[in-house]
Amino acid sequence: MGYVLTTFFIMGFGYFVAESALRQPLPAPRLAWLGFILGIVGTVMVVATVLTGHASVMFTFYPPLTASPIFYLGLVLVVVGSWIWCVLMLVAMMRWKRANPGQPVPLAMYATAANAVLWLWTTIGVAVELLFVVIPAAFGWTQTVDVGLTRTLFSWTLHAIVYFWLIPAYIAFYTIAPQAAGGRLFSDLMARASFILFLLCGLPVGLHHLFMDPEHSTGFKSIQMILTVLVAVPTLLTVFTVTASMETAGRLRGGKGLFGWIGALPWERPMVLATGLSFFMLWFGGFGGLINMSYGMNAMVHNTSWVSAHFHMIFGGSVVIMYFAIAYHIWPSLAGRAAPSVALQRIQLWLWAVGMMVMSMPWHWLGLNGQVRRVAQFDYADPSMSWWTPWMAVSLAGGFVLVVSAALFIWNLVSFHVERSAGVYPAPVKYATALHPDQPVPAALNGFALWNVFVLILMAAAYSYPIAQFFILNPPQAVVHRVDR
Amino acid sequence: MAIDPLSNARSERRWAFAMVGAAMMMLFAIVWASLSPHMNPPSNIENVDPNTLHIAGEFTEDNLGTQVDAKGRVTTRIVTSQFSFAPECVVVPQDMQVTFRFVSPDVIHGLLVVGTNINTMVVPGYVSQVHTMFDKPGDMLMPCHEFCGLGHSQMVAHVRVVPIADFKPDENGRVACAEH
Ligand SMILES: [Cu+2]
Ligand SMILES: [Cu+2]
Repeated sequence: MGYVLTTFFIMGFGYFVAESALRQPLPAPRLAWLGFILGIVGTVMVVATVLTGHASVMFTFYPPLTASPIFYLGLVLVVVGSWIWCVLMLVAMMRWKRANPGQPVPLAMYATAANAVLWLWTTIGVAVELLFVVIPAAFGWTQTVDVGLTRTLFSWTLHAIVYFWLIPAYIAFYTIAPQAAGGRLFSDLMARASFILFLLCGLPVGLHHLFMDPEHSTGFKSIQMILTVLVAVPTLLTVFTVTASMETAGRLRGGKGLFGWIGALPWERPMVLATGLSFFMLWFGGFGGLINMSYGMNAMVHNTSWVSAHFHMIFGGSVVIMYFAIAYHIWPSLAGRAAPSVALQRIQLWLWAVGMMVMSMPWHWLGLNGQVRRVAQFDYADPSMSWWTPWMAVSLAGGFVLVVSAALFIWNLVSFHVERSAGVYPAPVKYATALHPDQPVPAALNGFALWNVFVLILMAAAYSYPIAQFFILNPPQAVVHRVDR
Repeated sequence: MAIDPLSNARSERRWAFAMVGAAMMMLFAIVWASLSPHMNPPSNIENVDPNTLHIAGEFTEDNLGTQVDAKGRVTTRIVTSQFSFAPECVVVPQDMQVTFRFVSPDVIHGLLVVGTNINTMVVPGYVSQVHTMFDKPGDMLMPCHEFCGLGHSQMVAHVRVVPIADFKPDENGRVACAEH
């Protein structure tokens, strides 16, 4: 779910931004379709092996558990499809720059290209793990696996992948929500700086997922912990810039006083409503994340439901609700008609936020009390677990609300095409302009060359020895455990 | 509405400084916790061959469970494998330093004990070591917390904390659950 929904959404949204923000046709649309088809074929391979019980290794693989090779090859196809997307995004941006020399790349496109660069860096870890260790084992060419090495390579991908999923939501915060609220973007430069910080800080921090692992020393764990703390900065900058942009909108609409602008915002518009709900969930999800990354405190919550609660809140809540809002925002221009019912869109967003809160709040509590993750069923007869039952019932109720909301989302999109009563052809999507549009953009914040050098240096510092140690120390290997036969 | 670019830039800069400052304070708190009360994650890089650990050395069957050595140090050795702990129940003394050592002969496992600092991954090829002290007597749950295959949900062990008076090692320094 995490891989498939996100990758397809991000590719689609990226193509949309490249055409609508740059006002130029997409380079090589055939290649884009090829990437899409690779993604579909890969997804079918993955789903088929999982459903037939040949790939019960979950999406972090856990080598030496080894599934059918078709499962891994399917994942590779999805990733290759997304690489095509990355290249097309960068080519689109460069073409535009050549056609508009000296002009700043529109923010939405700059951020999309930043995400493409981030994703290319991110996938290196998992690609190396799959191609050099896991797939050879799956085909039976190798009989043993260096488990520490595979965990370390996967951690390279594990944090940054979340930022790959998150950045589209931030693009909406910066470039769509202020426009939808009737305001302006408070600061274009701050927005660019935030996206660059995501690129720099999102990558060299993956070891924070391995704090409780025996194969790394406290030294490198703490280096990456320090970098992880910095990851909070771009999000906190975003909170400021987006809130300030919304305040501008509220005041332009006549809101007065310290908080009067909040009431004056057009909450009936799905994009504005989703941004508000997303920010609300961001507080809880962000707080949970701060605990997780806290090195010592991590022992309290590692691999408990607390962590599941954290990422459901951040990703399932804050991010996916923005995916919904983006879909509602761009669908009219794709379908060529206005939304049949904005009220149903609002209900769907509310159901999603409420369902997510109800589902994940009990997990936070149970996680602190030792409820572990990735468990199919608990022994509720055990006295130390029996008191979990009512909390799990609450959480399950939240899950049902989410299912209803997801079904309603699909209906809301389908209804664009089946309800003939739909309104007139709406205006094309517009992106928010900055409060001070003439502010000059430094060349560094209009490209990525400099930042790629920085990423390289940071990754070398954070990961060179942690990976090299497996070749220097040559730890004993583990025998492959097949789950597909 | 009047928009003054200078005051905007100023408030923006102030916020940026405040946020970097807040991040630095969190960092300071974490670093202090790791240096002063030694709240560090388990990180001794110590290897053991997963394929031979049951045949010879520290983790053969009769060495598992809790053992008090000649100097009075308490060590509990546990092998985690698909889909059980060996032994499934261990006895440890209250208010004494206890060292847990975990190994896996097959795949990745993990475990935690609620309300303590015991939380570690068990990665084949490595010994995971945690030092801890229990302040209350009683039976505590120690479930496997990392997906290790289809029997993962059934993989649970117990830690039995007993007052020091009831913690009676035999002539080999060993204490096991069955005796209680
Ligand atoms: Cu992370
Ligand atoms: Cu398990």
